[in-house]
Amino acid sequence: MEENLTVERSRVPLTKEDFVSDQMVKWCPGCGSHAILSSVANVFPKIGYKKENFCVVSGIGCSSRFPYYVNTYGFHGIHGRANAIATGVKISNPHLSVWVATGDGDSLAIGGNHFIHIIRRNVDLNILLFNNQIYGLTKGQYSPTTPMGSITKSSPQGTIDHPFNPGELVLGAQGTFFARVVDNNIKMMTDVMFEAARHDGTSVIEILENCVIFADKTHEMITSKDLRDDHQLHLKNGEPMLFGKNKEKGIQLSESGLKVVKLGDNGITEKDILVHDQYSQDPGIHLMLAKMQPPAFPVALGVIRSAMYPTYDDMVEAQITNAKKSSPIKTVDDLLNSGETWEIN
Amino acid sequence: MTKKKNNVVEKEEVVIKFVGDSGDGMQLIGTIFSDAAAILGNDIATFPDYPAEIRAPHNTIAGVSGFQVHLGKIKIHTPGDLCDVLVAMNPASLKANLKWAKPGANIIVDADVFEDKANEKAGYKTNPLTDGSLSDYNLIAAPVSSMTKDSLAAMNIDPKTADKSKNMFALGIINYLFNRTLDHTFKYFEVKFKKKPAFININKTVLQAGYNFAETLEAIKTTFSISSAKIEKGKYRNITGNMATAWGLLAASERSGRPLFLGSYPITPATEILIELAKWKSLGAKVFQAEDEIAGICSAIGASFTGSLAITTTSGPGLSLKSEAIGLAVMTELPLVIVNVQRGGPSTGLPTKSEQSDLMQALFGRNGEAPVIVIAASTSVNCFYYAYEAAKLAMEHMTPVILLTEGCLGFGSELFKIPKVADLPAINPPIAEANDKNYKPYFRNEKTLVRKWALPGTEGLRHRLGGLEKENITGNVSSDPINHQLMTNLRAEKIEKVADFLPNQEILGEKEGDLLVIGWGSTHGAIYSAVDELQKQGMKISQTHFNYILPFPKNTAKIFKGFKKIVVCELNAGQLVNYLRMKFPQYQFMQYNKVQGLPFVVSELKDKFNQILKEK
Repeated sequence: MEENLTVERSRVPLTKEDFVSDQMVKWCPGCGSHAILSSVANVFPKIGYKKENFCVVSGIGCSSRFPYYVNTYGFHGIHGRANAIATGVKISNPHLSVWVATGDGDSLAIGGNHFIHIIRRNVDLNILLFNNQIYGLTKGQYSPTTPMGSITKSSPQGTIDHPFNPGELVLGAQGTFFARVVDNNIKMMTDVMFEAARHDGTSVIEILENCVIFADKTHEMITSKDLRDDHQLHLKNGEPMLFGKNKEKGIQLSESGLKVVKLGDNGITEKDILVHDQYSQDPGIHLMLAKMQPPAFPVALGVIRSAMYPTYDDMVEAQITNAKKSSPIKTVDDLLNSGETWEIN
Repeated sequence: MTKKKNNVVEKEEVVIKFVGDSGDGMQLIGTIFSDAAAILGNDIATFPDYPAEIRAPHNTIAGVSGFQVHLGKIKIHTPGDLCDVLVAMNPASLKANLKWAKPGANIIVDADVFEDKANEKAGYKTNPLTDGSLSDYNLIAAPVSSMTKDSLAAMNIDPKTADKSKNMFALGIINYLFNRTLDHTFKYFEVKFKKKPAFININKTVLQAGYNFAETLEAIKTTFSISSAKIEKGKYRNITGNMATAWGLLAASERSGRPLFLGSYPITPATEILIELAKWKSLGAKVFQAEDEIAGICSAIGASFTGSLAITTTSGPGLSLKSEAIGLAVMTELPLVIVNVQRGGPSTGLPTKSEQSDLMQALFGRNGEAPVIVIAASTSVNCFYYAYEAAKLAMEHMTPVILLTEGCLGFGSELFKIPKVADLPAINPPIAEANDKNYKPYFRNEKTLVRKWALPGTEGLRHRLGGLEKENITGNVSSDPINHQLMTNLRAEKIEKVADFLPNQEILGEKEGDLLVIGWGSTHGAIYSAVDELQKQGMKISQTHFNYILPFPKNTAKIFKGFKKIVVCELNAGQLVNYLRMKFPQYQFMQYNKVQGLPFVVSELKDKFNQILKEK
């Protein structure tokens, strides 16, 4: 490609303070979004781009107030359309680092169509999917990720909807990057955001987020102190998938799929444990990892998939560059005078 | 067979209608004939009329596809009402279109296909070619199918290809009837089939065969010639309204220096704009075919935020889907061009037919107080200029602009005097400068109330926009009641102030009289012709045609003053008329409406105007 599409880097080192806006943050005390905001403010200076080159786009919902709280260019859209708006931002100006803040209602219900299509196209931007399994801003109705049977304001007898697993959806839509984190692990969240920024293509980070008001402890099975060692698998590329308090358990790939094994049982050693390959083109194992649910399995956290594939915005620029080189039509005057024309005297 | 001598009658204008099954290639021969006529110096206007189905059942009324061309040595204002020549390739197309033929018209048919079964399928009980029902016309019953086959016999062509080229046989007959040489059409084949030379030969052979056959036909006793029209000097081409819209937008992008971004979803009859813009990546056009109408406009809003001339194109149902997002562009005060090529509604309605029934939707179809600029093109050619104007107004006034065109304008074609981009009015978007210490997102120009366009990536201008109400000047989120009132007023005043930049509304005819005829959009030509004829008969009748609807030009009310009666003619149930009643309650507006998916014909308008003029 002729044109250099990389985002311009800052000439001066930036700090977290460069990205804190002067607006009052109006999320509930204890809401997981505070931690996400903090992680973003941590990671943006590390990424190193000029602060003017970040653009944060959102839809509607608690998550979507995000752009007001980050001191970058920002756009707070309408319900479900963050990914469509962000697509236009990135295609129009590929020199921006674009971040989408969206929720399980915004991207998986009303904006589900835009979500799968942005992933399919592999537009180079980063989607922070705040998954609290509930509609918070409208005060507690079930969302497409609410566990089956949940009692909510709009499901007094329990939900009868099968929930989406966002990872399955992302990989089903041919996603090139999918990661999952929990909101109480800022270190992992920051690391994963940094990797997402480096990935060329649509990076989706599902953040398992707690809503203290309407779905408190919804991710308790994964995040509680008692259970987290057994129910969290922290993926690291090139390393065996071990978990448990003393890393005594691991994931093995058997003929019937993934299974949890204990080191030492039946002579199992670390060598028998599946090694994570996040860069694999084949999404088969990534999909199995994304689908793991407690109590039978731990939940896979970290970068599950990060595959190389051409980005939509690069291809847009390449077509334009080629057309400019090869087409005889260089100006609108050329166009107006092309084809069949004649003089009347 | 021997060649015969014909009378040649000089005509001022003529209307030809080509009709057949939707796979018969009627659009193609209509276009070829019109293009050639234009190059030979005639003024033209065309009107393709085809079904929504790609290939409806063979030989049924539902599957009839038509193409009408009006050409003349005089100025042509409409595609014509009734035709002088009807080319009907099958019984169904004859059945559906005979009512549009003038008494005494030449009716050219493919006699081979008027068999009992086909006649019956079309709804004929007896063969119309032989039962005397066409005795008021000059019937030219040519065995088009079999003659086409015969003409290709030596070339060893498969029967399907041979049958497909029978439209060229009909075109050959028409060329003979109008004393046209075949040179232009031959040239067309040579360019079109450059990569398939066999087809050049096939088409030439069949075309020539049709022409030669016509020479021998006893039924053609008179042929016609139409001299060149008196057309303003200059360089010309033919252009359809949709192509003109696309090119006007490209011109606005080049002139303003803002790269073009189109976010769109295919929908009849607007798709051709998307297709046309997708061709011009060499001009920097970024064309994004979105997953739906909403993504089309939302991507355009994202692109507008980022500094592109952002456009979305659609038709009625798509405009409904875009309503919420238009409100977002109103709230964020970003430039956006929304092109609505109107079709018959409501719902899916009549996708391929023309109507003017989206005006109210354009004016008011959003939640909240959400004013936008609404303008309308009125000819296929001025789609170019109003698309350019829509982009200019959107960028200079930082607002969405809805450009209304219509299916018949989009598909129809006219002679286009090629302009120079440098001669078009300058476009000056109010772009904020880097590190402007005084920049505030909603700080406005005092005269225009326009805020500045601060592009992401620019140093020192970081800010946030969004659909929540914003505090005046700072742009911070605000639900303060007084501020909301202020912002509501400012958004409305900003649009009203656009009138300061619009040309005056013009009157065609005297400034005072008995009747003023008002129209907007595609009806311009039909109203013009009707008013012109009545003026020539001495009636005190004038026309004013609106292209700027929100806001109206400043002198609008003054125009109404000079007339005893005012009638508003529209292809809807009365939308502009009710808007006028609301805006100008001091005047009485009569109305004349038609909602048939068809344009006005001149005669019905004349009848209506005569009736109004007679009434006390």
